[in-house]
Order: sequence, then C-alpha cells, then structure tokens
Amino acid sequence: MNAIIASNLTKKFGSFTAVDHISFDVSEGEIFGFLGANGAGKTTAMRMLTGLLKPTEGKALVAGFDIKKQSEKIKANIGYMSQRFALYGDLTISENIRLFGGIYGMDAKLIAEKRDRLLDELHLKEEKDSLVSRLPLGWKQKLAFSVSIFHEPKIVFLDEPTGGVDPAARRRFWEMIYAASEQGITVFVTTHYMDEAEYCNRVSIMVDGRIEALDSPHALKTRYAASSMDEVFQMIARKATRTAD
Amino acid sequence: MHTLSAFVRKEFHHILRDRWTLIILLVTPIIMLVLIGFAMTTEVKGTTFMVVAPERDVSTSELVQILSQSVYFTFAGYLPDEQAIDSALRQGMAGLIVVFPSHFASDRTNTGTSSVAVITDGSDPNTAKTLTNYASAIMLGWAQKQNTTIQNTLSIGIETRLLYNPAMKGAYNFVPGVLGMILLLICAMMTSISIAREKESGTMEILLSSPMQPVVIILAKTIPYFFLSCLNLVTSLAMSMTVLGVPVRGSWVALICVSLLYIFVGLLLGVMISTIANSQLVALLVSGMGLMLPVMLLSGMMFPIESMPFPLRLISHIIPARWYVSAMRKVMIKGLGFGSILTELTVLACMSAVLLVISLKKFKPRLE
Repeated sequence: MNAIIASNLTKKFGSFTAVDHISFDVSEGEIFGFLGANGAGKTTAMRMLTGLLKPTEGKALVAGFDIKKQSEKIKANIGYMSQRFALYGDLTISENIRLFGGIYGMDAKLIAEKRDRLLDELHLKEEKDSLVSRLPLGWKQKLAFSVSIFHEPKIVFLDEPTGGVDPAARRRFWEMIYAASEQGITVFVTTHYMDEAEYCNRVSIMVDGRIEALDSPHALKTRYAASSMDEVFQMIARKATRTAD
Repeated sequence: MHTLSAFVRKEFHHILRDRWTLIILLVTPIIMLVLIGFAMTTEVKGTTFMVVAPERDVSTSELVQILSQSVYFTFAGYLPDEQAIDSALRQGMAGLIVVFPSHFASDRTNTGTSSVAVITDGSDPNTAKTLTNYASAIMLGWAQKQNTTIQNTLSIGIETRLLYNPAMKGAYNFVPGVLGMILLLICAMMTSISIAREKESGTMEILLSSPMQPVVIILAKTIPYFFLSCLNLVTSLAMSMTVLGVPVRGSWVALICVSLLYIFVGLLLGVMISTIANSQLVALLVSGMGLMLPVMLLSGMMFPIESMPFPLRLISHIIPARWYVSAMRKVMIKGLGFGSILTELTVLACMSAVLLVISLKKFKPRLE
C-alpha cells in the first residue's frame, strides 16, 4: 500500500509552471526526501499534497484519498509542519500542545496523558508553562514536529523543518524523525541540506518544477559515481535554468 | 465542540496576554465618546453679543439684560452706530449683533409693533442659525411677557416645544451616533486584525491544513471578541449616562438586543474584511479608515439622512450604523420599546446573515 501516489501533478500560476507533471509513489512508513534548490517547486508540490492548493492538472492520492475531492479526509490523516515556524509564540508549550490536540478533535484526557509523556521525552517538563517564543530555535522545531505528529497521523509533511540550525541540532531532529517512522508514520520531508538527504530511504531531486532523479541515496551515488549526495545534487541541479526567487 | 472550545480558549489567551492591545481596546471607546462628545456639541454657549441702540431706554436695557442673563450670551458692550457692525463681526469682537431702531420704545407704545434686527456671522451657518434662534426666542419671550403684564392686549403667540429633548442638549443627538461608530469600528478591527495576524505569522497555513472547518474558525474568532465588545458597550453606556447625562428612557431589553445584534454584525464585517486583507496593516486601514467615513457621513449621526440627495440616501441603507443609530435614538431618547425598532432589528439580522454567508464563501479553505 502506498501512502502517496502522485501522477502528472501540475501547478501553474498564470503562465508560470511551478510544478510540471511530477509522478512518484511513497510507500507506507518510508522517509521520503523531497530535494531541490530554492524555487524548484518543492513547497508548491507539498501544498498540493496537503490540500492547501488545488492542482491545475494531474492527480494524487494521499493516505488513499483524492486530493481534489477528499481534502477534508486528507487533512484529518496528515500532520503538517511548515517552513515558517508555526506554533503560537504567545502561548505556553503546554497550551500549544493542548490547542493542536483539540483542533484534531482529541479529548482532554487523552491530550493530558500524551502531553505529559511528550514533555518527558523532550525534557521540557519544567519548561511547560513558559511561552514558546522564549525557546531556542532548535527546541521550537522539535516541539513543532512533536505537535505535528501529536494526533498520530498516517503521514507527516515537513517543509524544510530544520532551517537555520547547526548540523548537530539537525541530527538530533532526525533522530525524532526516525522514531516517528518506526511508529509507522510516513515522513515526507523537503530540505536543501544534503547531509539530511543521506538519512532518507529514498529521495527525489526537483529541478525547475520537474523530478530529475528519484532513488535511494546509495543508488543515486552509484549511478552518478559520486561520493556524497551533495555531489549528486550539484550534478543534477546544474541543469537548472530557473533562478531562486 | 472540542475543536471550537480549544480554539476559543486560545483566542482568550492571545487577548489576555497582549495587555496593551487589551487596554487600548477597552479605553478607546471611552476616550472617543468623551472627545467627540464634547467636541461635536452643537450647543452654543457664552457667545459675546454687541448692541446698536440709537436711543437707550428702559426696554432696550431690559432686553440687553435678559439676553446676557441667559447662558448662551455674554454682553460685550454697545456699538456707536451701524457702520461699526461689520468690523465688530470681522474682528471677532462679537458673534451676534442686536440692532434696535431709533424709536424702539415709542413705536411699541404707539403702534404696538416694533422690530429688532439680529445680525450673525453666516460663514458658519449652523452656529449662526442656532444663535439667531436662541436670541429671537429670548426676545419673543420678553415681548410676550410685556404684552400680558403691562398692556394686557390679546395677542397670539406661537409656542414651540421640542419633545424628548426640551433642553436642546447636543449629547442627546450624538451619543447614539458615536456609540454606533465606536462599536462598529472596534468590532471590525478586532476580528479582521486577529485573522490577518494568523496569516502573517504563518499559523493560518497550519490551521488550513488541519481538519478544522471554516465556520469553526470564524465562530472561534468572533466569540471572544463578542465578550470584549459587550464590556465596551457597558462602559460606553455608563459613560453616556453619567458624564454626558444621556438617559436610557426606553426598554433596556430592546437596547441590549439591538446592541448585541449590532456587535455581531461588526465582528462579521471584520471577518469579511480579513478575507481580502492579508496583513494586519491592511486590515487596520480598511476596518478603521475605510469604515469611519461612511459611518460618520451616512449613518445619520452627523447629517440627517432625510436631507441627503437620493443616491446617498440609497447608499445609507447598507450602512449598519444607520439602523443602529436610529434604533438607539428611539430607545434611548424617545423612550420607545421593542415594537418600535422591529425594522432595525430585522435589517441588522439580515445583514449578519448575509455577512456570515459571504465570509464563509470567501473564507478559503485553501491558500491563495
């Protein structure tokens, strides 16, 4: 069973084709890396899959539901963490968790139970009543990720979740992603850090709205005779004609 | 239900944590009511007047004395002749000139009639009109007294009585108007800014990718501000009753009903504005500046709707404040009850239904 099936997915803004007939499958429990330079169309593709944008052409199934007609069902089954850090800064950690639990229709008792467990895991027990805006960026990102999978979605979409933090913090973040994947959550992650690409089961590389390569990091490195994903990416992305906006 | 209560609680957290905004929201109506209340008054008090009297006698000085005894006029002296009138008005020495004819007293005793000229500065027509009305009322009153007590001749006088506002207090006129403006503006600002803020901070993206229904988002955004607006209503009414001395003569139930409905219209108007405004600044400009002028000019708070040209009168029908101001005048000043404001209540109810439908339709569950 595939968590995501996309075929010929296309998004045009006027005459500009942001996403150009992309097709791919993501299987359940997989960590799928969605790579590309800035402006390659990653965020647009992701927004179509999460039901935030309507595709111009093509179709896709997410968690078995059609993104055009069943976006409400999709929304109940996914988690989403956007590029811009999106918890409420003027709410406390504990209030943010309760809010998002409530938005996904969880009852108060279940929220309280899971919240305590989560705060334990994140070592944020003492911090639970401090405002989120006071947390360091790395912690905010970990918290935002935890909140996005708090309601145990089938698939979680992460849009450049680790922007702006150092490699050590990124590695700790990825440990959380692995833990989620072991629970059976499919992870769809965009990034432009190539060290992160190495952690994925499979990656696709987008250039100018099209998917130019799609395989496991190991297979890609072999095919391009490269020693790292960074080299692979440089070779593929060189074809780009579009400049980042 | 879980979703709605979780979201409403979050909104209350936002409001209570943002102390300064909260203070501004609660204090603004009071300041506006007092400022506009005292500035927008049409009452004219303590205007200086001068007199041209070629022959001073008992009756002329009696009239001068009676005029200066009223709160509206202060006597500033006699002018030598009619040539001096122009410069007295131009230099602002007097706001009103009373000119007696040369044979004022003898005319009165001989023919029974005599006339007095009242000259005012017409560059401000409203004030000029008010001043001449006051002055002639006072002098007519004096003349009538003379007729009955001294000469005892039968004369027919016209007595004018202003019902509901016998003292001609300006506050009676503007308090319902200012209430209508303040409530609408503040309600629209609150909801539109709070939704625009979610768009600006990126949290809207998260909300839209959640299974939350647009109607839940809209309701959750209006409920907390509804409570806040009720607080504003209470303080504003308290202010008008105490400081400005405007009573509530009619039914309190009717007043509260129409006010709550009006607050709801204002909040929904803000939601509708936020569907086109993507930043807090735009939301503020549209709901503040954009609403202020139509409300001030077309609600009847400043200019009577009856005397507007037809197209403007037509447009005034879609201004919610017009209906609220009219209902509040009926209830507060005229002392009427529920039955008299049914039209206003119906119109406001329809407006809120239309606004809710438009907001729901325009509130895109998707981006762009």
